[in-house]
Amino acid sequence: MSHLLEVQGLTTAFTGDYGKTVSVDHIHFHVDEKEVVCIVGESGCGKSVTSLSIMGLLGKGGAVTDGSVLFDGKNLLAMTEKELDQIRGNEITMIFQDPLTSLNPVFTVGNQITESIRTHMHLSKQEARERAVSLLKRVGMPDASGVMKKYPHTLSGGMRQRVMIAMALSCNPRLLIADEPTTALDVTIQAQIMELLGELQKETGMSMILITHDIGLVANMADRVLVMYAGQIIEEAAADELFANPRHPYTRALLDTVPTIRDGAGRQLVSIPGIVPENYDDMTGCRFADRCRYRKPECDSPQEDYAFGPGHKARCVVMKEGGIPL
Amino acid sequence: MKEGQNTPLIQVEELKMYYPVKGGIISHTTGYVRAVDGVSFSIMEGETLGLVGESGCGKSTIGRGLVGLEKPIGGRIYYKGQDLSSLSRNDMKKIRTQLQMVFQDPYSSLNPRKHIFEILSQPMLYHGISSKNTVEKDILKILDMVGLSRNVLGRYPHEFSGGQRQRIGIAKALSLNPRFIVCDEPVSALDVSIQAQILNLLKSLQKELDLTLLFVGHGLGAVNYVSSRVAVMYLGKVVEMGEAKEIFSHPVHPYTKALLDAVPVPDPEEKQKKRDLLQGEIGDSVHPPEGCRFHSRCPYAADICRQKEPKLTEEKAGSGHYAACPIVMQGKGVQDID
Repeated sequence: MSHLLEVQGLTTAFTGDYGKTVSVDHIHFHVDEKEVVCIVGESGCGKSVTSLSIMGLLGKGGAVTDGSVLFDGKNLLAMTEKELDQIRGNEITMIFQDPLTSLNPVFTVGNQITESIRTHMHLSKQEARERAVSLLKRVGMPDASGVMKKYPHTLSGGMRQRVMIAMALSCNPRLLIADEPTTALDVTIQAQIMELLGELQKETGMSMILITHDIGLVANMADRVLVMYAGQIIEEAAADELFANPRHPYTRALLDTVPTIRDGAGRQLVSIPGIVPENYDDMTGCRFADRCRYRKPECDSPQEDYAFGPGHKARCVVMKEGGIPL
Repeated sequence: MKEGQNTPLIQVEELKMYYPVKGGIISHTTGYVRAVDGVSFSIMEGETLGLVGESGCGKSTIGRGLVGLEKPIGGRIYYKGQDLSSLSRNDMKKIRTQLQMVFQDPYSSLNPRKHIFEILSQPMLYHGISSKNTVEKDILKILDMVGLSRNVLGRYPHEFSGGQRQRIGIAKALSLNPRFIVCDEPVSALDVSIQAQILNLLKSLQKELDLTLLFVGHGLGAVNYVSSRVAVMYLGKVVEMGEAKEIFSHPVHPYTKALLDAVPVPDPEEKQKKRDLLQGEIGDSVHPPEGCRFHSRCPYAADICRQKEPKLTEEKAGSGHYAACPIVMQGKGVQDID
């Protein structure tokens, strides 16, 4: 079966005053129909750059230097801007962490939602308006038709994110990329938004890539999880499997390092020493090795992925016992 | 509160802190944001009180009030039994060194044009904690406590990572031999792997130096990890307060329950669990709802909640677990809520 989205060897680099920095380094992954894939990792690990590369939104200085992104079999990276515009905002849509900076402050909410509906679905003004109101109702917006006339700054953070979701869903996308959609929101609002996204995903059958640093959200939402560290995917597994049997020492440490509300008084957090490397271009071996307590001499040579059962792979030579090199 | 075991270091009585809202053509005060509106609690010596709530509930404002960064418009704050508002400038200056704060964003609280030695030494010299001859030795001792080496001294704040900067922020708070430190969301700006480092550091420092902490945070997991007692705030009021493990395992107030229910737990088994999510958003603190401030979002709200503002009452006598909810306290509807 072919995948809805297939990312092969994607490499993205940024060129700045101090030369070239590779931010995403030869990553492979896929997203199937109706699947929720979570990309989890700390800031600077390349998870957002991955999504921007897929969407072709890297901006100045950033460029994909290698690899391909196949959506429905077609390579997005080989498309012209015009061809890409047929897919972006239509078949693949995206919601961002901060809805205030991604909404245009000088247009009303209604204006912005109907714009994408009219561009992609070729509806009349009236039909587009009706669709926009029904979308706003669907995302739980009180007083949907009143909100159409409002400007983004008059809405609260949670309501703005609902507007973003309504816009993202307006053309029935097949893939929704949500980049830290609730990081800026309070925990009770986060729960509302995540429940809404989960419901909408089931209802419409779209696929979703959820980018987050919150392990709790991953457990709640994901079918499959990709763990990123320093520009590489270091572990991939089904969500249940990942939480039950994390293989890469970084994944284990990440799960051990998060305090939860269920912890008893005896819980001692295991902290990971050191910090995430900032420049990892010239690192040849495992990029986590400096912080890893299982470090061995072979960690300094180039690493490969090992399989640990169906659909579960991790890039760790120390943990490979029982695992088979891919 | 366990009696006899501890004496209160900080006592807060009916604290009120309002911010004026300016409006109109000539920019006059049109109303007040009631950030903190009649809050009372005490912090025992050597304990960590966690203060949780959503943004805008007034938790950071309380922290700022306790260290004297903002003036309350009503109520009293007692430190070791002394009313802070009655002290003269000179007396206050002496006490200030004992009340310190660690900020959320250490970058904006460290002067970018001074190197670390200057940042740490100036307050120590000013307050006479250390002298010119001994200051370097004293600073090295503090750096050692927070896990930094001496080579940081000649560097500037921008040269450090977030975690290291927060360590410097903690060193700065420790440098004046404080008794009480307000930690205002100290790990919110940090990466998860660094958060645990800082939380463990705060915990061990507290034990080592016998400090009293107020830990303000919206990350409930982190608050659970460091706190011995927890107070939950909603729109300028404390709605529930008690031992941390009691609050997190047996929350009583409907808001606390909803708040805990909203936190995603890192366990895929709970994915299927149906959660009772709160509807609506946190209300307006300029015109807070009458009666119980949570009634507009509360699934159990009754007439009494709309009419009378509930008082914090002890759930069971002597349990030290307080909640401000007339429904729960009357015993009515408790089964429904559980």
